[in-house]
Amino acid sequence: MKKMLSNPALWRGVVSIAVFLVLWEIGARSKQWMAPEFFAPFKEFLGAMGFKKDYLPWIGAVPAPSAVLDSWTAVFVDASYWQSWYMSFFRVMSGFIAAMLIGIPFGLSLAMSRVAHGIGFPVFEVLRPIPPLAWVPASIIFWPTQETAIAFITFLGAFYTIVINVLGGARSIDVRYFQAARSMGSSRWDIFRRVILPGTLPSIVVGSAVGMGITWEVVVAAEMISGGGSQIGGTRGGGLGFFIWLSYVGGSYEQIVVGMISIGIAGFVSSELLRWGGRYATPWLKAR
Amino acid sequence: MAESKITPKVIPGELAVQGVSKSYGAIHFRKEVVHDCSFTIERAKLTVMVGPSGCGKSTLIRLLAGFEQPSAGTVTLDGAPITGPDRDRLVLFQETALFPWMTTWDNILYGPRARGQLTKEALEFGEFLLVKVGLQDFRDKYPGQLSGGMQRRAELARAMINNPKVMILDEPFRGLDAMTKELMWEYYSRLYEENRRTNFFVTTDIDEAVFLADRVLVMSNIPTQVRAVIDVDLPRPRKLSDLVESDRANDIKKQALSILHAEAMRSFSRGSKAAADFVEAYLKRASRA
Ligand SMILES: Nc1ncnc2c1ncn2[C@@H]1O[C@H](COP(=O)(O)OP(=O)(O)OP(=O)(O)O)[C@@H](O)[C@H]1O
Ligand SMILES: [Mg+2]
Repeated sequence: MKKMLSNPALWRGVVSIAVFLVLWEIGARSKQWMAPEFFAPFKEFLGAMGFKKDYLPWIGAVPAPSAVLDSWTAVFVDASYWQSWYMSFFRVMSGFIAAMLIGIPFGLSLAMSRVAHGIGFPVFEVLRPIPPLAWVPASIIFWPTQETAIAFITFLGAFYTIVINVLGGARSIDVRYFQAARSMGSSRWDIFRRVILPGTLPSIVVGSAVGMGITWEVVVAAEMISGGGSQIGGTRGGGLGFFIWLSYVGGSYEQIVVGMISIGIAGFVSSELLRWGGRYATPWLKAR
Repeated sequence: MAESKITPKVIPGELAVQGVSKSYGAIHFRKEVVHDCSFTIERAKLTVMVGPSGCGKSTLIRLLAGFEQPSAGTVTLDGAPITGPDRDRLVLFQETALFPWMTTWDNILYGPRARGQLTKEALEFGEFLLVKVGLQDFRDKYPGQLSGGMQRRAELARAMINNPKVMILDEPFRGLDAMTKELMWEYYSRLYEENRRTNFFVTTDIDEAVFLADRVLVMSNIPTQVRAVIDVDLPRPRKLSDLVESDRANDIKKQALSILHAEAMRSFSRGSKAAADFVEAYLKRASRA
C-alpha cells in the first residue's frame, strides 16, 4: 500500500483526472458568467450557415461534474441502476466467454489443419467485415428472446478478433520451436500442449483485450437499439445502454453522463481484470 | 568421479554424407544450394565446417538433422539412412530456440518429459547439467532473462540431457560479443574434452574453427562442396593465446584462408557483387594474420 502511494504513475493519474474534472467544471459553469450577448455574433454566423439560431454547441450546455455527482448519488441508492450494471456485465461476460470458448479452439484448428483452414476460413472472412450491429435486426428476428439476441451480438463482437489473433499468433510461432520439439521426441499432442498453446497465449491475451473493448461498445449499442431486453424485468433489466436511453427520453442530461461514466468505469474494470489475468497466464513476458 | 555415475553411457555416432545435392524451387527457378557433396563426421571427434556466409551450411544441417531430405545422395548415421528428426542428432540453431515460455529448468527437462522418461536418473542428470553449464542460480528464470551466452549454455544442457549420438551446432556463438564468444569457446571445448561425443560445429569464423576443431572442413561457395579437410593436431586443452602464438595454428589458418580466398576469387570472376565484398573482407583479414 505504501509502495503504491509512492508510485509516481499513480499520482500522475490522479492529477490528470483532477485537472480534467476542474476544467470540465469551469467550462460547464461558464454559462453562469458569460453574457448571452457575447454569443450573438456567433449565433448570427451559425444562423447564416443554416443552424438553428438559438442553439450553439458549447461546453456550458453540458452538466457540470458537481451536478453529475448529485445525480449519481441519487441513483446510487436506486436498485434499478445497479440492475443495469449487472445486466450489462452479465451480457458482456456471457458473450465474451462464449467467444473465448468457441473462438480459441476454432482459431487453433484453422491454424493447425490445412483442411479446417480451407473449409472454415473463406466463410469466416466473408462474415467478418459485417459489423456486429448490422446483425441486430436479423438476430432479434432469429433468436427467441431479446436477451439471447443481445448475447449473440456481443459474442460476435469479440469472436472475430479472438479468432484472428489466435490464428495469427499460432502461425507466427517460429518453426525452430517445432523442429526442436520434434527432435527431442515430442508427440503431436505434446507439441500442441507445450509449444502451440503457450506460444499462442500472448496473442490470445491481446485478442481478448481488444475483444473485450468491442464487446462493451456492442452491448451498449445493442441495448439502446433493442429497447433494453424489455422482456425480462421491463425497464429495470435494460442494462447501462438502456439506462442512458431512458435518461435521454426522460430529459435528464446529468443522468446521461452518469450512464456514460458508468460504462467507462465498467470497461476499465473489465480490461484491468483481463490484463491481470493475462499477466498471470504469461509470466515470461513481464520477465524481460 | 561422481560424473561418470550420473552421465549415462552413449556410443557416439558417425554421420556420413555421400553425393548429396539439394535444390530449392520449381523447375525454372530451381536453385542448387548443395552440389554432389561428400564428407564424414567422424565418431567421437569435433568436426568444424567453415564456409562463406550463405554457401549452404545451414541447408546441410537441416539435411543432417532430418528436417529436410536431400534431392540426391544419402545421409546416414552409423550406416542407417536418416529419415526424419530424432533425438540421436540434436541441433543448436543459429538463433536461440529455447522455449520462451519455459524456465531454464523446464527447458532442460523438455526432452525427457516429452518422451515420458522423467525418471529419477533424468532429474539427477538434469541437475548435474544445470550446474555444469553454471546456471544453477538461473534455474527458475525465463530465457528472456538470460544473457546471450547463458541462453547458449542452457541450450547445450537441454540438448545434452537427451544423450544424442551426434551434437550439431549451427553458428551457435554468432552474435555474441567478442569476450563472451571467447569464453564460450573455452567453455565448449572443455565440455567436449570431458565427454568426447561426436560434435559437428558450423561457423564462418576461422579462429573459432582452429581453436575448437579436430578436423576442419573448408567449404566452397554456393552450390557448396568440400574444398579441403584439414586435421588440426594442436594439443588439448588449448589456450586462446595459441591462436596467435602457435605456428601450427597460424599455418592452418593461412591454409584455410587461402582456400576461402580462392573460392571468393572464383565467384568474383563470375561477377558477383557479394563475392567482391567477400574478397575484400578476407584480403583484409589475411593481411592482418
Ligand atoms: N527453403 C529454401 N528455399 C529456397 N532457397 C533456400 C532455402 N533455404 C536456403 N535457401 C538458399 O540457400 C542458400 C544457402 O542458405 P543457408 O542458410 O544454407 O546458408 P548458410 O551457409 O547457412 O549461410 P549463413 O552463414 O548466412 O548462415 C541461400 O542463398 C538461400 O537463399
Ligand atoms: Mg546458416
